[in-house]
Amino acid sequence: MNITAFIIVSVIKTALALFVLLTAVAYTVWLERKVVGHMQNRWGPTRVGPFGLLQPLADGVKFLFKEDLTPPHVYKPLYIAAPMIAVVFALTSIAVVPVGNWVTIGGLHIPLQITDVNIGLLIILGVTSLGVYGVALAGWSSNSKYSLLGGLRASAQMVSYEISLGLSLVGVLMLAGSLSLRDIVNAQSGVFWGFIPRWNIFYRGQFIAFFIYLMSAYAETNRIPFDLPEAETELVAGYHTEYSALKFAMFFMAEYANMITVAAVASLLFLGGWHGPVFGPPLLRAILPVFWFALRIFGFLFVYIWVRGTLPRFRYDQLMAFGWKFLLPLAIANLVITAFVVAVFS
Amino acid sequence: MVPISYYLILSGILFACGVTGFLIKRNIISIFMSIELMLNGVNLSFVAFAAQWHALSGQVFVFFVMVVAAAEAAVGLAIIISVYRTRETLNVDRVDLLKL
Amino acid sequence: MAGAVNLLAQRHPINGALSLVVVMGSLAVEYLLLGAEFVAAVQVIVYAGAIMVLFVFVIMLLNAGEEERTKGSRVALLFGVPGMLLGSILIGWVLLERGGGGAVPAGALPGAPKVIGWLLFHDFLLPFEVTSILVLIAIMGAVVLASHPDSDQGKKEG
Repeated sequence: MNITAFIIVSVIKTALALFVLLTAVAYTVWLERKVVGHMQNRWGPTRVGPFGLLQPLADGVKFLFKEDLTPPHVYKPLYIAAPMIAVVFALTSIAVVPVGNWVTIGGLHIPLQITDVNIGLLIILGVTSLGVYGVALAGWSSNSKYSLLGGLRASAQMVSYEISLGLSLVGVLMLAGSLSLRDIVNAQSGVFWGFIPRWNIFYRGQFIAFFIYLMSAYAETNRIPFDLPEAETELVAGYHTEYSALKFAMFFMAEYANMITVAAVASLLFLGGWHGPVFGPPLLRAILPVFWFALRIFGFLFVYIWVRGTLPRFRYDQLMAFGWKFLLPLAIANLVITAFVVAVFS
Repeated sequence: MVPISYYLILSGILFACGVTGFLIKRNIISIFMSIELMLNGVNLSFVAFAAQWHALSGQVFVFFVMVVAAAEAAVGLAIIISVYRTRETLNVDRVDLLKL
Repeated sequence: MAGAVNLLAQRHPINGALSLVVVMGSLAVEYLLLGAEFVAAVQVIVYAGAIMVLFVFVIMLLNAGEEERTKGSRVALLFGVPGMLLGSILIGWVLLERGGGGAVPAGALPGAPKVIGWLLFHDFLLPFEVTSILVLIAIMGAVVLASHPDSDQGKKEG
């Protein structure tokens, strides 16, 4: 594929990915409100559009028209930059996530992924590490007690759980033998024992790693049961207390985009990526893997929202103790056992 | 084709900036950051030489330098926090006597 | 390079920390150009993502303000900057004269994680183990140094 075709295709893929991601963020908000509402025995949004489906649109318009005030005591450059940093890093990791097999459009063989780097997993971990800056800088630049404490707590929590996140993924890495996300998914094709699909969550017992990943993901994205840094009753609103309108919307977007990225990575690494029954004409063959992938992400997000509606939140010292004293030894034990199994059975 | 001397000059400039910052800054945290800058400059020259002479041990050594820098940053910042607790200042010009 | 000079120029340490992050990000890109992809990823994850976050934490905790200009700093500025300029010009001149290095194509040496892992655990095993002990000692030292001097004894288990 020559260079101009490559650039055009990449630009189209990037634009499409961003568009889909942003729409997905908006509709994740809708999904959350509906599901949490039904769990609490009430309807979610129902007025705006059928089933409240246009609610995110109304929310977006509301955020755009809200007064965008800047309190006088903030440290202006970082105050304005912090939400942008958070959003940029939240949206960047979608670049290495593959959503389907290779497709052939008009004679061009195109992978459904913006770039296929052979250190894809490390890039996702790196972007997660950099996402801490948005939170920390927002808390500090707002120059108020609640924000500073909320920002410090949130960033300490995110940094602590990054370790368990990374270690839980190393087990999967050892099974697949490559850091490229596409290779990891391809290693999960086929079935074993006749009918159970060879997903990493079943095959060779990575369910512990999946559990660790799930917990670390909840803590990384600051969701219940680990959302003390942004709980309204504890710290006013934590690190985004002093933000309003568009900047607050950017933090909101960053949080949900992070959730979707984490769900996508979990689907790729533990739930088998895009493997599923594929049949029919070539167009359907190209679309169906994407559909299975979206189905997995949807399931993961549903579990996320389900947990949000069900569990109470951890106190901060319980949260840190859980991360360092329970999850980290468990992740290391999982690593050791998986290494042993891989060394013995291959 | 980038000549190796470009990378080396960049590394030298980074190192020189680090040393300059170390000398002229008065805030102890800024001094510490200049040290990190020096370490980064050295890392760059390691990787450049590893690429030139096709010796991967250059990159492995960079890995070790990073680990040591991380350990040193952790301990150094802990020391800075202790010093701040007793002296109430971050200015190195004020921490020049052993007596409080 | 702009980030490095900015680090010197900024008076407030938080701006300095952020420009150092920019320096590290651009260094990661340079490593990628030289083909050292694992080192680039580790640079982002460890250096820019953890060590600099630690720096930002400490700056936030200690509420570091802007720098002051005292007598000592003026002296250092007066002697330090020209001295370093002289030193770096000297180094640069030596490098350019005696360089003879030749050109390096982009992505010259593929530093795949597998190969580096192999080296780490075979040829460099002893340094690897020693550095892990070093990090352990550093962790213990940091915890002891940064803990409060009197409230550390009777902590309840959470």
